[in-house]
Amino acid sequence: MSSQVHGTQEFNKTKRAETKFSEDAMIAAQKIIAQYPADKRKSAMLPVLHIAQAEFGGWLSPEAMDYVASLLKVKPIEVFEVASFYSMYNLKPMGKCVLEVCQTSSCWLNGAEDIIKYIEKKLNIKVGETSSDGMFSLKAVECLGSCGTAPMLQCGASFHENLTYDKLDKIMDGYRAEGKLKSYTDKDYKNTL
Amino acid sequence: MGKKLLIHNDKVPGINTLEVYRANGGYASVEKALNSMSPDQVTDEVKKSGLRGRGGAGFPTGLKWSFLAKPEGVERYLVCNADESEPGTFKDRYLMEKIPHALIEGMITSSYALGAKTSYIYIRGEYFYIARILEAALAEAYAAGWLGKNILGTNFSHDCYVQVGGGAYICGEETALLESLEGKRGNPRIKPPFPAVAGLWGCPTVVNNVETIAAVCPIVMMGGEEYAKIGIGKSTGTKLISASGHINKPGVYEIELGVPVEEFIFSDEYCGGIRNGKKLKAVVAGGSSVPILPADLILKTAKGEPRLMTYESLGDGGFQTGTMLGSGGFIVMDEDTSIVKNLFTFARFYHHESCGQCSPCREGTGWMEKILKKFLNGTANESDVELLWDIQSKIEGKTICPLGEAAAWPVAAAIRHFKHEFLEIAKSKKFVDISHYNRLNNIVA
Repeated sequence: MSSQVHGTQEFNKTKRAETKFSEDAMIAAQKIIAQYPADKRKSAMLPVLHIAQAEFGGWLSPEAMDYVASLLKVKPIEVFEVASFYSMYNLKPMGKCVLEVCQTSSCWLNGAEDIIKYIEKKLNIKVGETSSDGMFSLKAVECLGSCGTAPMLQCGASFHENLTYDKLDKIMDGYRAEGKLKSYTDKDYKNTL
Repeated sequence: MGKKLLIHNDKVPGINTLEVYRANGGYASVEKALNSMSPDQVTDEVKKSGLRGRGGAGFPTGLKWSFLAKPEGVERYLVCNADESEPGTFKDRYLMEKIPHALIEGMITSSYALGAKTSYIYIRGEYFYIARILEAALAEAYAAGWLGKNILGTNFSHDCYVQVGGGAYICGEETALLESLEGKRGNPRIKPPFPAVAGLWGCPTVVNNVETIAAVCPIVMMGGEEYAKIGIGKSTGTKLISASGHINKPGVYEIELGVPVEEFIFSDEYCGGIRNGKKLKAVVAGGSSVPILPADLILKTAKGEPRLMTYESLGDGGFQTGTMLGSGGFIVMDEDTSIVKNLFTFARFYHHESCGQCSPCREGTGWMEKILKKFLNGTANESDVELLWDIQSKIEGKTICPLGEAAAWPVAAAIRHFKHEFLEIAKSKKFVDISHYNRLNNIVA
């Protein structure tokens, strides 16, 4: 089923065996599932996918999606069609820190393109690529709701606003020093203005 | 200084906590409604207030509530639309981040009026950290008995939960939001049936914006008639405006509806004028989807009257010479702004965010983006302006949801008011620098 649903990607049994939520992640997922009527587990899909992405290396592999399907008691295709629709889910491996730079109107009016170019030059990558050390991926994204504090970027759950090159340097140096995977579900988010 | 009803206490230290919020009069509307008003009386006050939905469409809230089907034995739901994704709009984020209990109080009071035992706050996924703030506030509210069983010892029990989205602008459309909340792709549903009849899981559901729900609390406290005295005509009450772009003081402002646009842009109380002493060129007054207006038309109507921050005044002249209040996403552009380039960012946005369900939107948004790119790279012809006009006219009104209009209106308005810019670029065959033209002073190349 999985190989049919997810196309050409080889189903890896070893990975599948490892694809299981930690105790904390399972508690969080069950709490979300309990928010909905018992026969409406599918409603937990989006938040549980966020947990899965954070748990399984910052992206949703076919195995991870299958695991979510089993948890929510839905077909794997139902998970894939959701994961492939929304822009926050990564269907391929990403860097530990995904730098998402907003490029829509107000951010553009305030220098978002310069911010993107600066990051590209600093990391020697283009939008959509990952740095050679696997630390950073760069995405240009649409409006993130920081128009009054533009330009901005999001990394995991953290918003970094009123960006300057100097601030960018500090942000990236800080993330590199931490060396940790950043996800949307991080509890230690930091918002810098 | 205008009256503030929603963010009057946003600067109070600790206002995000229940203790401080309560000490500043918080949850009084829940007490008043549950102890001394029937659900219908609460709805009547909302009707009397003239409150219009603050998410963008401006539909009368009380009327929307009165449409809710109430068959016996069927669950009803209140869903808060916190999927704030309209470019230029960040007011709900401010409200939820600074005063999360204001929304929760509104959820409880509104749910009481609607007879909803359960409510959901659907928040855009990118606002994950705000979801955490809301969850912490919900936990406090549960612990203090404002949520849960038999609130204030009454028969009213209520549960409220937060649901995060996955990053899709279309989920701000109420039926797409419901699809998403059901764990599916955010594809809008065909209406009718409207959510008030068949909403979440097929049950009667009211979907209201964050600001709308928060506004129910002051309405209950002061009474609908008093609330309606604020503002002008059918634009009653206060409105949160998120201001951005080339202004000295970007941010979220609560205004009494009726403030002159000129005062909003140039007074120190609000935007503080145009940055770096430049001239005003154009304004998108209500989020990216509303028609852009050049300086002369945003400051004064075509009849020469001062333009006011109201639904009616901003709409005066229709789309020929007017615009909309929309979500209150107020984007200001100075004299150096390339309208074509700004429009390109909008077209790219709508192409990216089209759910792909309807062909005119799926294909048309991409086509508009491609043509605008031709203008930017110097390969457009003068006839491309007509082509662009033709495409937008074939999207508007021909899609299941309003994303088609949202994508078409900015294009139509830009051509209507700034056609000369398109023609100049096409004629000169000049490459328009698609990198940023107006570097910030504090960014050193």
